[in-house]
Amino acid sequence: MLTFDGLLIEQGDFHLAVDMVVPSGAQVAIMGPSGAGKSTFLSLVAGFMAPVAGRLLWRGTDLLPLPPAQRPVSMIFQDNNLFPHLTAFGNAALGVRPSGRLDRGETAMVMRALASVGLEGLEHRKPATLSGGQQSRAALARMLVQDRPLVLLDEPFSALGPALRAEMVGLVSDLCAKRRATLLMVTHDPADAARLDGSLCIVAAGKVSAPAPARATLANPPEALRSYLG
Amino acid sequence: MKARAKAAPPVRRDRGLAVWAGGLAAGFILLLTFGSVVAVLSRAEGGLTLGAGDWAAIRFTVLQAALSAALSVGLAVPVARALARRRFAGRAVLVTLMGAPFILPVIVAVLGLVMVFGRAGWVSHLLALFGLAPVNIYGLHGVVIAHVFFNLPLATRLILQGWLAIPAERFRLAATLGMGPGDIARHLGRPMLRATLPGAFMVIFLICTTSFAVALALGGGPRATTVELAIYQAFRFDFDLSRAALLALIQLAISGAAALLALWVAVPQATGAGLDRTVERWDAATPGLRLLDGGLIALAALFLLLPLLAVALRGLPELASLPAPVWAAAWRSLWVAGLSVVLALTLAMAMTLAITRLRHRPALSRGVEVTGYLAVAVSPLVIGTGLFLILFPLVDPVALALPVTALVNAVMALPFALRALVPAAAEVESRFGPLADSLGMTGLNRLRRLTLPRLRRPLGFAAALTGALSMGDLGVIALFADPDGATLPLLLFRYMGSYRMETAAGVALLLLGLSLLIFWCLDRGGRVNADL
Repeated sequence: MLTFDGLLIEQGDFHLAVDMVVPSGAQVAIMGPSGAGKSTFLSLVAGFMAPVAGRLLWRGTDLLPLPPAQRPVSMIFQDNNLFPHLTAFGNAALGVRPSGRLDRGETAMVMRALASVGLEGLEHRKPATLSGGQQSRAALARMLVQDRPLVLLDEPFSALGPALRAEMVGLVSDLCAKRRATLLMVTHDPADAARLDGSLCIVAAGKVSAPAPARATLANPPEALRSYLG
Repeated sequence: MKARAKAAPPVRRDRGLAVWAGGLAAGFILLLTFGSVVAVLSRAEGGLTLGAGDWAAIRFTVLQAALSAALSVGLAVPVARALARRRFAGRAVLVTLMGAPFILPVIVAVLGLVMVFGRAGWVSHLLALFGLAPVNIYGLHGVVIAHVFFNLPLATRLILQGWLAIPAERFRLAATLGMGPGDIARHLGRPMLRATLPGAFMVIFLICTTSFAVALALGGGPRATTVELAIYQAFRFDFDLSRAALLALIQLAISGAAALLALWVAVPQATGAGLDRTVERWDAATPGLRLLDGGLIALAALFLLLPLLAVALRGLPELASLPAPVWAAAWRSLWVAGLSVVLALTLAMAMTLAITRLRHRPALSRGVEVTGYLAVAVSPLVIGTGLFLILFPLVDPVALALPVTALVNAVMALPFALRALVPAAAEVESRFGPLADSLGMTGLNRLRRLTLPRLRRPLGFAAALTGALSMGDLGVIALFADPDGATLPLLLFRYMGSYRMETAAGVALLLLGLSLLIFWCLDRGGRVNADL
């Protein structure tokens, strides 16, 4: 269970208040107008940004004092998810430990992760020689290897075409479900939110709404979401 | 949203080591620059009064720098305009060549200029055909010609960049409005020049105030001595430390003031990127303008290439029969260049890491960066003199001539290394910092697996610049070296001084080849297999 307890972010004129609970294993899409603070919200969980007030609890432990790498979080960013000078294998191996030096068992584990995202045979390619979809898969393989209970995605597939994006969202959803990982995904596409078939949070007007069932919310959107969806 | 993600993270990562190393490097530079001035001052005896010769040196320094800067910039304006509006085969090569004087050993270019513009040079021969007296390259105009040779290309590149920064749409708009060359000059050219020229003038002025090798080779005498040259003479010939100290302070004041002025007028940055782009120009298609531009470009190219051609033509037959001391000196020079590269990269890397990691403390970060740029204003001869005085009681300075030269050359190259590395490191942090943080890559892991691989290109470029600059340097080594310990540039200067011009040309060609080779190899080393 991930608890946002009276969290408040302030930056100049910008405010964001979060007060909600995300159950373990939930798959939550996060939507809202641009500039409302969706990425800021993820940065807060990942540890790139500190709130001015409140607590952030994961299974009873306060995450706020922890640096990003020590939080139970793996994150995939909008872009720059892979180091261009490392191979797909080298990038995924960083999920085991930051030095990227692995023993035989760990190497096998990374190879399995790459195979399970469909990158078998492409392990030694560098990002420049992989397609957009394959690059996303390599980042997902690293996420698998990291094996953290919280997965954060910040519009990770926005550069992909609709069909490929649907496929990748499905893949992420399956992988997280298999490991009972909790997924928070920022997206601007209601189709992504519906595909997760979990819950939906709306970030608007300085607040993050509590997660509500995604399909029902999309079928009958509240005012904040309706004006965004148009 | 993205803009807001820049806030300071709640927990500072373990980055102490880099900050300490950078601070140590900055402290070392401060000690070297100001410590050497203090060392010189402390040995100065007697009153600090300026003699007539000192005033003459100050006047000459400012006069030649102002003339050099004005001529370089003034000539660059039409050349840059011509390059901006013409497309021709070899244009890209020419523009690239205009970046080359920077890594050209000064003394090689001086020899080339003597061969073209000297008493027995090509121009004098040409004049003799018409019964005219030969020209003389020694003195004020020689110093200015050499400075224009080095800085006309720099000014041209800076102004060309200004032209190319004007959006192509403006020229299309001008074409639809039927603007002629005069209208374009008034509406597009002049505003750009007003923004570009002061900075270009000041940076060249600054470069010329600290010029030593040109003045050493072409100046001299009471009428053509720069302050730098006067320091050298006071130290080397008279061992008059109080005069050397006084002159060192004057030099510091002149170049410091020039540097502040240059900062104040905002020096344009020569990025070198995209200079091979041309814009379609509809206004300049008349035959007269074509002829004018073609002539200007040809003249500029001749001015830059003839001296090098002269060195190559006369040097080539000599290469096989160079005397043994030349090869020994070449070894010493390579050794000095190698040591300079190692020292400069170590200092620059430590400072770059500290600068990027101290971003949340802008005053400290800026302080480290400014320290690195100090070398622009501090004279290598002052540092050399100071080091001599510090080392004198401890060891025989002559024995340390080469390491000291390597160190001073490294410090002189530091500003250029930092200019290549700091923006690149900041870019790496902004692109990959969050990912590396989320993966827990800190300390050596981060350096080895992220920072160094991502900085390969700028590191290679910085190493290449340092190596070439150090290889061709004729500065501190002239203060220290005994007759048997000369580097290649110093040996070349001595051959020139004893009018062994054939041998000098051979040595110059060798030095030129080695400098370019060092630059090419190191720069290439950073590019090969660098994944973008």
